[in-house]
Amino acid sequence: MSVSQRLAKTFVRWEAVLVVLLVGVFILNTSLSPFFLRRINLLNATYNFMERAIMALPMMLIIIVGEIDISVAGTIALSSTMMGLAMQAGASIPVMVIVALGTGLLAGMLNAVIVLKFRVPSIAVTIGTMSLYRGIAYVILGNQAITGYPRELATVGQGVVGNGMFPIPLAIFIALAAVFGVVLHRSRLGRCFYAIGNNATAARFSGLPVDRYKAALFSLNGLVAGFAAVLLTSRILSTRPNIATAWELEVVTLVVLGGVAITGGKGSIFGVILSVFTIGYLRFGLSLINVPSQVIGIITGLLLVGAIILPGLFEKLSNRMIIDRQLIPDIDSETTTIDA
Amino acid sequence: MAEVVRLEDVRKYFPGVKALDGVTMSIRSGEVHALIGENGAGKSTLVKVLTGVHSLTSGTVYVDGAPVSFRSPHDSQAAGIAAIHQEASMFPNLTIVENIFMGHHLRKASGLLDWAAMKTRTRELCGRLSLKISPDTLVRDLSVAQRHQIEIVKALSIDARVIIMDEPTASLSLKEIKELYELVRKLREAGTAIVFISHKFEEIFEIADTYTVLRDGKYVGDGRVGDVTTDDLVRMMAGAALDRLFPERTPTIGGIALRVQSLRQAGVFEDISFELHKGEVLGFFGLVGAGRSELMQSIFGVRGRDGGSVFAGAAELKALRPQQAMAEGIAFVPEDRQEQGVILDMSIVENTTLASLKAVSRFGFPNRKTELATTERLAKRFSLRASSLRQVVAALSGGNQQKVVLSKWLATEPRILILDEPTRGIDVGTKAAVHSFIGELADQGYAIILVSSELHEVLGMSDRVLVMKEGRLVAEFDRDNAEAEQVLGAAIGATTAQRGA
Repeated sequence: MSVSQRLAKTFVRWEAVLVVLLVGVFILNTSLSPFFLRRINLLNATYNFMERAIMALPMMLIIIVGEIDISVAGTIALSSTMMGLAMQAGASIPVMVIVALGTGLLAGMLNAVIVLKFRVPSIAVTIGTMSLYRGIAYVILGNQAITGYPRELATVGQGVVGNGMFPIPLAIFIALAAVFGVVLHRSRLGRCFYAIGNNATAARFSGLPVDRYKAALFSLNGLVAGFAAVLLTSRILSTRPNIATAWELEVVTLVVLGGVAITGGKGSIFGVILSVFTIGYLRFGLSLINVPSQVIGIITGLLLVGAIILPGLFEKLSNRMIIDRQLIPDIDSETTTIDA
Repeated sequence: MAEVVRLEDVRKYFPGVKALDGVTMSIRSGEVHALIGENGAGKSTLVKVLTGVHSLTSGTVYVDGAPVSFRSPHDSQAAGIAAIHQEASMFPNLTIVENIFMGHHLRKASGLLDWAAMKTRTRELCGRLSLKISPDTLVRDLSVAQRHQIEIVKALSIDARVIIMDEPTASLSLKEIKELYELVRKLREAGTAIVFISHKFEEIFEIADTYTVLRDGKYVGDGRVGDVTTDDLVRMMAGAALDRLFPERTPTIGGIALRVQSLRQAGVFEDISFELHKGEVLGFFGLVGAGRSELMQSIFGVRGRDGGSVFAGAAELKALRPQQAMAEGIAFVPEDRQEQGVILDMSIVENTTLASLKAVSRFGFPNRKTELATTERLAKRFSLRASSLRQVVAALSGGNQQKVVLSKWLATEPRILILDEPTRGIDVGTKAAVHSFIGELADQGYAIILVSSELHEVLGMSDRVLVMKEGRLVAEFDRDNAEAEQVLGAAIGATTAQRGA
């Protein structure tokens, strides 16, 4: 590749577009509030979207292997409910956390079993379990809320690292994103995930345990949803059956806007991180000027649709720019062999 | 009888493959013309040329004596040529009349669809063929045989004068086949020209008037069916003595490497038992659909089984565990390169190390230098042609993609290689390279299964040939007594060769 091609490839990358979007959101927010760019405000704003950000990490892997999990928000409601029941039964904070994580893990494992044993598309299965998990929360709680969580629980979801001002959820997200990034882009597992997402049959024919990996990812997704339930419960110190409503779509939006192909096999951690902050700060800015949540919902929906269409368009554009300048030598040489 | 369609010196080249190489054929009205040839002889390509799916590299197609050039299936239909495919392509949830007139609905003067007229026409056409089916029946409620009949009615509805039937009896019962013959005879009497593709000689002698034999895309012979015998046709299909070069080798056959016992999968393959030895190339010949690929997939563990066992050395291989087969040193180059072999959007390096990632990894992380070194070594061994090893496989030609698949499996350091159609659709140069590679490995003591639908490849490469037909092993030949005609005859069922006979 020549220098100009490499430049073209870099600048027509989806991540570059996300950087532009993020800068745009910052400019918008600064014009709405001159205090936005203060470090403390930038950091505090993240409390609102870190649960979803963390959930986007395993969702990224699930979508890369060509599956999807729509039940994550329902899992949060169920995990938080179970955590509340544990609290009412007198459990300590560590036990409450274990109950929430365990509930999430079980929910994820159930998804895995149904999808892989019965060979049903994961989108159909998890739309069903989405209603199932949240339905159980509604049956248990009715329209009641569970409150009375111990103040100490708030340290996780509302606290800061040490005595500074760095939010604990943000620190957790950064640490997890680093782990997920290394796994996805550097490890053998990550390589297998891309292979499965691109061509599951060829991956299976190459001896990769495709079903086992997928089962592990669904379970991991449930576990992380359980962890997100801990963070959320700790932040709002209450449980209602309708918490985290419609988060599944927001989490999928984060992943897809991050450039992960909804059809699997493509995507990077950098794109997902950029899209987390772009959407997070966009929603924060919109709420600063009191845009009603319904309108924010409309904007999120449009972003999701745009996110599905645009990365593909960009790739086509970027490929065209590169192919224009590149002769494919292989085909030419191949034909000459035959005629000889 | 009048000549409806004439092909003259028709050629169709794909990169690396001469699918049709100078075919001349005359299709006359009121005649059933059998098109004969082994798998890959060019029959399907010929059909695709006639139906406007493929354009020609050179040569001319004449319709009623005038040269034509079909740019699309639509052009070919307009000229009165219709094809009825092996897998009937219909809309199961629509009615017969909706299926028949799909794409050429009759309209009233107002522009609305004239269903009454379409139904009347359907009844009339069915009547002409003495079919008693209501036009309002949903296609999904029809049997396979009835669907074939409706496809024929559909062909008549566009006034087809040439109807191409590609293995029309493949999934029919005896009674249904009789009915189909009746139908074909009626069409013939009405002056329709019929091109009849079949592997079954009984059928050809029962129904066909004339024949054309193709081999390797070339015209071999034609004539009246009454003037030839089955043996004549088999001889024409198989060709003269081996006219291609295969590596010379003196095999040293060792101990048993793989043993398969009474393996079966209901409806796919039955009662399969054989042994594969070290240093041996064991050829599997058969027609497409004989169950060879499915058998190999089951042995390797990517397809289930209903009974029987597979042993690699002392270890028994369990169903659906390719990892276990790989651990016992089995490598499997699958039939469908693009779907099962390579991952098109990943690089040559990533494809090459996919089946041996553990070997190039440390603590679960692939080492890029080791990966590149492994890939470079294998790419050199196979003379892979690529601008960079980081290039995606999609950008490679078929032959080079196959080299990547072979590299992937050689990287696993196997002892047993199962190669399923390893040279299908690749250029002659790569083909020769694959052949010499197979010879080298066998000489080094590898045990090799070579599944191929190309008779000469099987005969030229194998130390022993097993023939499969309809899911069963029907014959076994040693290298010395494997004659082309007998092997082909066993696969087709023209002779009564029995296994071990």
